[in-house]
Amino acid sequence: MTKKHQSNGDDPIEANLKRVYDEVIKEEIPDRFKDLLAQLKAQDGSKGNDSGGATQ
Amino acid sequence: MSSAQDKTDPRDELVDHLPAMRAFAMSLTRNSATADDMVQDTLVKAWTNIEKFQAGTNMRAWLFTILRNTFYSNRRKAVREVADIDGVFTDQLSQKPDHDGRLQMRDFNVAFAQLPDEQREALVLVGASGFSYEEAAETCGVKVGTIKSRVNRGRKRLTELLDSSDDEAMELTDSATMAVVADRVNGLM
Repeated sequence: MTKKHQSNGDDPIEANLKRVYDEVIKEEIPDRFKDLLAQLKAQDGSKGNDSGGATQ
Repeated sequence: MSSAQDKTDPRDELVDHLPAMRAFAMSLTRNSATADDMVQDTLVKAWTNIEKFQAGTNMRAWLFTILRNTFYSNRRKAVREVADIDGVFTDQLSQKPDHDGRLQMRDFNVAFAQLPDEQREALVLVGASGFSYEEAAETCGVKVGTIKSRVNRGRKRLTELLDSSDDEAMELTDSATMAVVADRVNGLM
């Protein structure tokens, strides 16, 4: 078995690795992550540490 | 909403890498709840340390590095936890073994779970995520040769494990067939 794995088709290990990986890739992103990103963004905005203009 | 800024914020790109982060985390932990917790930690770390990301470099590799660091430090904290092993089996039980492909996949998952972490991650990075050997080496903080040898050893071990599970299946089928044949023969006599 000294084949080079240039084509994925006949390499069952690579095919399985991809199948397992792609199954997760295809899933919809859970809301918790969108919520988290929105929360991080909001936190950052309220700190307003951009361009040194502390307004208060 | 936010005040208009001309320069693009690399943090806006984080969301694009979420599916890949989840897939990589899943391959490390084999447990979707643990994987998503890890992705969440990674997101927060990436967000708050975004200034350490060099614009124009590979963001996915950067994120995967944070993700695997999170994985290994969590793992050190919970050395004796068996949650991951439980996860492997519940994941497998939830798969319907109603199809040859499914069974094969189950065999593969069982075999894959038996590999050392370093070999699993090398295989996933190079074999599934589309990373080059160089990118995988950078992500894991090791030399390219180390990644290559982990991939090779992982492949070899997987092949051995899968071959032996094939043999077992074959033996079972054989003895089942023998039993039926024996019954038939006995019935005739």
